[in-house]
Amino acid sequence: MSPIHYVALSAFLFVVGGVGVLVRRNAIVMFMCIELMLNACNLAFVAFARLHGNLDGQVIAFFVMVVAAAEVVVGLAILMAIYRARRSASVDDANLLKY
Amino acid sequence: MTHVLAAGTNTDVVARETLYWILAILSASAALAMILVRRAVHCAMMLAVVMLCLATMYAMEGAPFLAFVQIIVYTGAVLMLFLFVIMLIGISSADSIVETIKGQRWASLLVSAGLFVILTFGIGHAAIGPGPKPNAANGTDNLTELARLIFTTYVFPFEVTGALLITAAVGAMVLAHRERISPKPTQRDLAARRLASGQLAPDPAPGVYALHDAADRPALLPDGSTSEISVSATLSPRDPNEVPTTVRPEIGTEPVTAASGEREAIPGRTDS
Repeated sequence: MSPIHYVALSAFLFVVGGVGVLVRRNAIVMFMCIELMLNACNLAFVAFARLHGNLDGQVIAFFVMVVAAAEVVVGLAILMAIYRARRSASVDDANLLKY
Repeated sequence: MTHVLAAGTNTDVVARETLYWILAILSASAALAMILVRRAVHCAMMLAVVMLCLATMYAMEGAPFLAFVQIIVYTGAVLMLFLFVIMLIGISSADSIVETIKGQRWASLLVSAGLFVILTFGIGHAAIGPGPKPNAANGTDNLTELARLIFTTYVFPFEVTGALLITAAVGAMVLAHRERISPKPTQRDLAARRLASGQLAPDPAPGVYALHDAADRPALLPDGSTSEISVSATLSPRDPNEVPTTVRPEIGTEPVTAASGEREAIPGRTDS
């Protein structure tokens, strides 16, 4: 089983997550799609670590997980603050700076 | 189990390929379903499927530590945090399908398809050999080797990550904190508010005196009418036009309606 299969799957998951971020309007769903993209990157890191025979890629994937956890905490707190102010989780409703 | 999966001997090549294709199809379809379903909760469930599939793939690729971190941190903590926020924000916050920018959906689909084509060609053109044989670092010594790398080569990024986590925790507390700008209502204030509202008793519980005591069945008031406020707003009251019955039918008999007293089958009802 070549690691290239895993990289191909990772590319597919990344693109699907990107479509979700661009198409969906619910902020929580967009956030989950970003998580999907980060997971796809992690899969590519692990596959390339296997390909090169060392563990540097796994360390980077570990760091990506930690940063993603921190990002989710702050992002969901921002989301809740927006929801408190506007009673909506849709990204179209936070448009005060538009006009 | 993980080092058996990562062993890579000739005997389990077929098993690994089969497992890979099962996991790949499962995770790809779950990812597609994730961007297609309307409700955020279903989206989170699909994301859980993808994450568990990826955890198994990490174990197959010689990263047992990352596989467990994926399950514990991602599926266990991050996804549960998502579910908590969905619970706070409202389970009924379905996505709007209104396109605010004209043609944005098709344009984004086109751009993403282009990106996928570029990525696929890039991967397909890369000359990648079978790779080195998996060594002990992909098996039982994975944790030791990772710890050695993290605490020697990557010790400075590791420390910075700790600072980042502390900052994120403090930032989340600051963002989620709300100053109390009015005094906390006392029990006397609450009683006065209830008297002023005109409804002394609490809302009726669903299913009271109704044919079924399910949570989506409106309660019956003493005058025989249904009470819509007894059903939670996130549920849709089942069969709102149905004639309320006051008699629980015996098993095997058809329900008797209170209005006419005749036996008639009420559509959409299942006795349970």
